[in-house]
Amino acid sequence: MSKLLEVKDLKVSFDTYNGEVQAVRGVSFDLDKGETLAIVGESGSGKSVTSMALMKLLAGQGFIKEGQVLLEGVDLVKKSEKEMQKIRGKDISMVFQDPMTSLNPTMKIGNQIMEGLIKHQNMNRENAKKRAIELLNQVGIPQPEVRMNQYPHQFSGGMRQRVVIAIALACNPKVLIADEPTTALDVTIQAQILELMKEIQKEVDSAIIFITHDLGVVANVADKVAVMYAGKIIEMGTVDDIFYNPKHPYTWGLLGSMPTPDSTDEELYAIPGTPPNMLKPPVGDAFAPRNEFALEIDTVMEPPMFKVSDTHYAATWLLHPDAPNIEPPETVKQRMQGFANTGRKDGDK
Amino acid sequence: MTRYILRRLWYMFITLFIIATVSFFLMKMLPGSPLNAEDKLSESQKQIVLEKYGLNDPVPVQYAKYMGGLVKGDLGISFAFDNTPVTDILVDRIGPSALLGFQALVVGTLLGILLGLTASIFRNGPLDYTSTTIAVLGTSIPSFVFAGLLQYVFAVKLGLLPVALWGEFKHTILPTIALAIHPMATAARFTRTEMVEVLHSNYITTARAKGVTESGIIWKHGLRNALIPLVTVIGPMAVSLMTGSMVIEQIFAIPGIGEQFVTSVMVNDYPTIMGTTLMFAFLFVAIILVIDLLYGLIDPRIRLAGGSK
Amino acid sequence: MDNKNQNNIPKELFKPLVRKEDTSEKISSPSRTFWQDARRTLFSNKMAMFSIFILVAIILLSIFAPMFNEYGNDDQDLSRAKLPPRVPVLENVSWLGFDGTLSGKYTGNNVEAATAKAIARYDNNEDFIDIKVVSEGDGSRNSAEVKATYHIYDAKGLEDTYFWIGTDTLGRDQWTRLWLGTRVSLIIAFVAAAIDLLIGVSYGGISGFYGGRVDNILQRIVEVLVGIPNLVIILLMMLVLQPGIVSIVIALTITGWTGMARIVRGEILKVKSQEFVLAARTLGTPNGTIIRKHLIPNISGIIIINTMFTIPGAIFFEAFLSFIGLGIVPPDASLGSLIDIGFDNMSLYPYMLVFPAILISVIMIAFNIVGDGLRDAFDPKMHK
Repeated sequence: MSKLLEVKDLKVSFDTYNGEVQAVRGVSFDLDKGETLAIVGESGSGKSVTSMALMKLLAGQGFIKEGQVLLEGVDLVKKSEKEMQKIRGKDISMVFQDPMTSLNPTMKIGNQIMEGLIKHQNMNRENAKKRAIELLNQVGIPQPEVRMNQYPHQFSGGMRQRVVIAIALACNPKVLIADEPTTALDVTIQAQILELMKEIQKEVDSAIIFITHDLGVVANVADKVAVMYAGKIIEMGTVDDIFYNPKHPYTWGLLGSMPTPDSTDEELYAIPGTPPNMLKPPVGDAFAPRNEFALEIDTVMEPPMFKVSDTHYAATWLLHPDAPNIEPPETVKQRMQGFANTGRKDGDK
Repeated sequence: MTRYILRRLWYMFITLFIIATVSFFLMKMLPGSPLNAEDKLSESQKQIVLEKYGLNDPVPVQYAKYMGGLVKGDLGISFAFDNTPVTDILVDRIGPSALLGFQALVVGTLLGILLGLTASIFRNGPLDYTSTTIAVLGTSIPSFVFAGLLQYVFAVKLGLLPVALWGEFKHTILPTIALAIHPMATAARFTRTEMVEVLHSNYITTARAKGVTESGIIWKHGLRNALIPLVTVIGPMAVSLMTGSMVIEQIFAIPGIGEQFVTSVMVNDYPTIMGTTLMFAFLFVAIILVIDLLYGLIDPRIRLAGGSK
Repeated sequence: MDNKNQNNIPKELFKPLVRKEDTSEKISSPSRTFWQDARRTLFSNKMAMFSIFILVAIILLSIFAPMFNEYGNDDQDLSRAKLPPRVPVLENVSWLGFDGTLSGKYTGNNVEAATAKAIARYDNNEDFIDIKVVSEGDGSRNSAEVKATYHIYDAKGLEDTYFWIGTDTLGRDQWTRLWLGTRVSLIIAFVAAAIDLLIGVSYGGISGFYGGRVDNILQRIVEVLVGIPNLVIILLMMLVLQPGIVSIVIALTITGWTGMARIVRGEILKVKSQEFVLAARTLGTPNGTIIRKHLIPNISGIIIINTMFTIPGAIFFEAFLSFIGLGIVPPDASLGSLIDIGFDNMSLYPYMLVFPAILISVIMIAFNIVGDGLRDAFDPKMHK
């Protein structure tokens, strides 16, 4: 059975003055209808670049070097810019990080929503207007008829993000990419937006790719989680796999660095150092220099994806049969225990 | 909004009042009177002439009379062109200047926008370098040098267009080009900078993610946002046109305001000099006001904020 | 995932890594100060560096070039008026136009008529005029054409005299006047820019730094001044003052400094509200130190840029004033007054216009390019 979206060995690079920066170095994942995949990682791990590459919206000197993006079996990498313009907004659409700047300041909200409808669904202005009002209603904006004729600066941050979501949902896309949609918002607004996205997913049955560095958000919305580091997915699994049974030391670090209400008396676990320079990716495991559990082999050879279970994979030599048996640090273990006790749905609270 | 406009009009009035007062007293400090040119008059004849110009009154009375006349649009009587009211001279001469200024502003701005747009779309390509070079030359080379070049090549050497004079459309071509070069360069540089910035903004990415075509990105989303700030440079442009018109009209012998000013300076015709100066000042202040109001009208972000930037 | 390879990995590699040195926190590119970055960006801008070179050359020439020959600024001699450019050695390359001849095309009904016209035009000095027939003509009106070349230096008995870029209508050496004129234009521009800088920075600095009531009063004054068009002020001042270098400088600077004052005030307000200044204040840093260590380094970029654009503006306005007869008084020359004279003689003696026009354009272009280069150099986004 073919999946809705399959990404195979995607490699993205940027040409810069200093040379080629390998931002994404072979990412593979797949996604079914109605499923939510969260891609997590720190800044510069390549998660945003991956999402832009899926839409072929790489800025400036970026280009897809290798790999396939199969949407219902059709490879988007091979599509021309003209063909992509027909796919963007219709089959795949996107919600951006900063709602303050992602709306055209000199265009009425209504027109910004209707633009996609008129283009992709051949609606006349009247029908497009009806649908736009419906969408504004759906994303919870009161008085949509009035709001249609207003400009972005008349909306608050949370309201603007709702508008951006309405624009993205206009043509019932098969895949919705949300690139840190709540990062720029207040915590209370964050929760509202997340609730909204979950509700809408139920109604529209889109697949959602959720890019975030906030594990709390992940626990709240995702079915599957992919952890990215230095342009690669280093661990992938269901939310349960990642939260209760993480295998990669980097995932341990991420979980350990996440504060929880009951973590007042324990120390947060900080990952030392910074991500590597992607201009010259290191030999072997890119995470090794920051990994306190690194093995000799990490400096020689890159670890392959080891299978933990049918749904769970991780790229660390610690899973090799010859590797010493290393347990996660005590704080992380306690954290995992905590998740298991409270149930994952409350993991973000 | 109405309060804002009223306040601006009040400021405009104050500014013009100050300019009129200062220039009136400056002119009074200057030597020279209508008599210089008419030396052979008897004492009684001189008195008659001075009486006619109101120059026998004490200075404060002259000032009050002059300001009173200003309100009615009366700028006094020219020293040089006997008996001709300055207002009539200016009205006579505003036509050619206005026509040239308008043609130059329209041609210059449109070409400039086109140049800047091309440069921003093909950034760092040969077209970009060409248009940037044109813009640097246009801002740097003084308009009178450019006018000389045009006159020499197209009129003197090739004989394609008239060297000077006024009357038909063909007479306006060379002076319009010479005047337009500076606004064009300004508009080109400005459009390029704004457009490059706009095309890198997040809302352009949003539009791309909606599937908007490249032409839609440039014309509908990009240019509109890039051009709104262009309104702010129309003020400086208009000033450079006024400055330019003085030399260009001189070079091409065009019977406009600028040429009148230079001639009046030569013959010390103070009422005309002052009238012209006041008109320049009025035009300048009025243009700035119109531009500020226009900016509020076309930029939705300012429209609701009450008009103040 | 080739499992075959994995099984061949020697077991000793699966030992915890013994770290020699932690290199992950090292910053890969060397750290440079803002000024070093700015200098690097400017030095790598070839156009700007070339323009600086040109400007230095022009400044040196304006100081020394008048000494290159024996002619003075006001050595009038009508017997040698309106001589075309003539340069030793280069005079043998006729197309360069430095051979000291006047030439033109003359038409008539037949060759004789055209020739007669040409000879009449060139002082009737038949012996020194070469006539080349371009077309014989058929007797109809102006069908014949001849090209006449007038060896005017020989005709005037000045075989051994060289005026490198010719003489003007009064027989003065254009080379000397051109560079003296450049000197005058540059002095006006530099002095005007320096005064703008001095008044503008102090006014804007006081206004921005002290803020409050001082700022309020100073800003009201500036607002009124800014409302009055520059052009109007300059023209009025020039009418009232005795024409000359000092008057031009006064006219240019009397309201010219307001631009700098506004920019400096705006920048200071911006920097002042930034966290690092707040932090310095919180730590009890005295005012003097804050100005020296934080404000000046942060606003000097924009001051330098603004000054760089004031200079070509002043050069233009001086030329403009001299051109409309309100600037430099004869016998002194400036680029503007030379261009003005050049225009009057354009069709017959184009060289009188060409050299000052080219020189002023080159100066303006070079200053603008250097200004653009500096703007890029002080823009952190442009640092590589």
